[in-house]
Amino acid sequence: MLSDVDLAAVWLTLKLATITTMILLIVGTPIAWWLARTGSKWKGVIGAVVALPLVLPPTVLGFYLLIALGPHGPVGQLTQLLGWGVLPFTFAGLVVASVFYSMPFVVQPLQQAFEAIGVRPLEVAATLRASPWDAFFTVVLPLAKPGFITAAILGFAHTVGEFGVVLMIGGNIPEKTRVVSVQIYDHVEALEYAEAHLLAGGMLLFSFFVLLALYSRKGTHTWK
Amino acid sequence: MEITPDSIIQARFQVIWPGFTLDVDLELPGRGVTALFGHSGSGKTTLLRCLAGLEQHGHGFLRFKGAVWQDSARGIFRPTHQRPLGYVFQEASLFPHLSVRNNLDYGRKRVNSGHKVSLDHAVELLGIGYLLDRMPDRLSGGERQRVAIARALATSPELLLMDEPLAALDLKRKTEILPYLERLHDELKIPVCYVSHLPDEVARLADYVVLLTEGRAVAAGGLRETLARLDLPTAFTEDAGVVIEAVVAEHDERYYLTRLDFPGGSIFVARRRETIGYKLRFRVHARDVSLALTRAEGTSIVNLLPATVTEIADADTPAHVLVRLNADGTPLIARITRRSLDHLSVVPGKPLWVQIKAVALLT
Repeated sequence: MLSDVDLAAVWLTLKLATITTMILLIVGTPIAWWLARTGSKWKGVIGAVVALPLVLPPTVLGFYLLIALGPHGPVGQLTQLLGWGVLPFTFAGLVVASVFYSMPFVVQPLQQAFEAIGVRPLEVAATLRASPWDAFFTVVLPLAKPGFITAAILGFAHTVGEFGVVLMIGGNIPEKTRVVSVQIYDHVEALEYAEAHLLAGGMLLFSFFVLLALYSRKGTHTWK
Repeated sequence: MEITPDSIIQARFQVIWPGFTLDVDLELPGRGVTALFGHSGSGKTTLLRCLAGLEQHGHGFLRFKGAVWQDSARGIFRPTHQRPLGYVFQEASLFPHLSVRNNLDYGRKRVNSGHKVSLDHAVELLGIGYLLDRMPDRLSGGERQRVAIARALATSPELLLMDEPLAALDLKRKTEILPYLERLHDELKIPVCYVSHLPDEVARLADYVVLLTEGRAVAAGGLRETLARLDLPTAFTEDAGVVIEAVVAEHDERYYLTRLDFPGGSIFVARRRETIGYKLRFRVHARDVSLALTRAEGTSIVNLLPATVTEIADADTPAHVLVRLNADGTPLIARITRRSLDHLSVVPGKPLWVQIKAVALLT
């Protein structure tokens, strides 16, 4: 069965994906809302920046993050000033990198959900005395629930599956930054194919069932 | 524009979009049903949205019952959710994730003070008691719209805005809802602004009419006077006619007729089911009215009224004219040929006999 090292990697991966997903739902919602509603000329620019991780090699993203978060980077200087030290090669650094890396997988489903809802439900809520915040929580959130579920599933699964960015920003420190994908790489390098099989097979099944759950879900409410 | 003493809604709006400008300055009565009437693209929905505060780009001034809701010059804009109004959209727009009961409660529980309209009353008025536990997707189009109207009423609005609430419905559903709207008019003392492009709907429901063309209010006034005006754009005169409010006075069982009395006289229509004393509105199209110098004998037309010519105007074709007459206080419009105008020497002040071929009852 799984060795302690392998279990630690699984545990770390789940922890990273959970924290990243929660942060992304909080950060991604206002970004998606803004993208869905704005008529600003910046919409295209912000939308493109959010979507960049879809096409960039993870090493490129990881490289820039490494520089920005490093001791001489702008973010690194700030974190040192605040007494947090530098983030690369720490779990916190992995979370930051994962948030950027999985951003489009959360923002895009949310944006689509918000766009599908349109402005009418908000107008209706306003004529029924609901303030914009009130309307967001009592009308938009329930109506966008399928979008939030999709966003959470994709964000989680994509974070579980990351490799290149982790390697660039986190390295390979057991119980701190060594996630499943890196552990598989190590097993293969060491010709430990049996261990690699176990983890790789697990990832395959996990990914398949996540996507199965995603694609067999039916939309609940449609706005009429 | 006429300013009536009981006008309590002062609305001045300017909305400029590429290819469309709304520019109105209105005084609307604080009671009864005001129809915002015009063809599509005339700006009537935009005006309604301005009243509700839903049009972000609307520049202007709005005072309701002494409270200033908007004064762009002074940077005042009360957001929609702080205005005591109800709004019924063209499509019912019920919240799909809430049951009918929760849809009705949504607005009601957000209003703290003065439930003038009880939920039970709104439910009873719209006849939706049997729907309360259903989800919106289990309702027919007509039922959905009735729930939407009840939902707006349940907030006890001080002003009810309705944007063609019947437009998305077929004729059968329309006839299903119209009686409820009439009850609303008769039973509740809430001023209503009602957007419509259908003359018959306006004639049936409205007390006051604002005619809109290309973003401008070309006429505003009481229903009868406004519809009987001859100086309106031809877009409206092609369907010219008047609305008369009458009382069921007598049933003639032998000929299956019913006599309707109104200030200017009386007319006979095919036997009605309404009881004596019931109030009815009917519409007389100008094209169904002809004129004669004397009371015609030996004619099959039943309805003849004496009237005096007050005004003559061009009609929609050069061959025709519109003649406005006064039948003892009730205005009538006849559409006759220019040739007949000369033959009969029709001039203002001349007494004539009006022959009405047909009337359209609006109930």
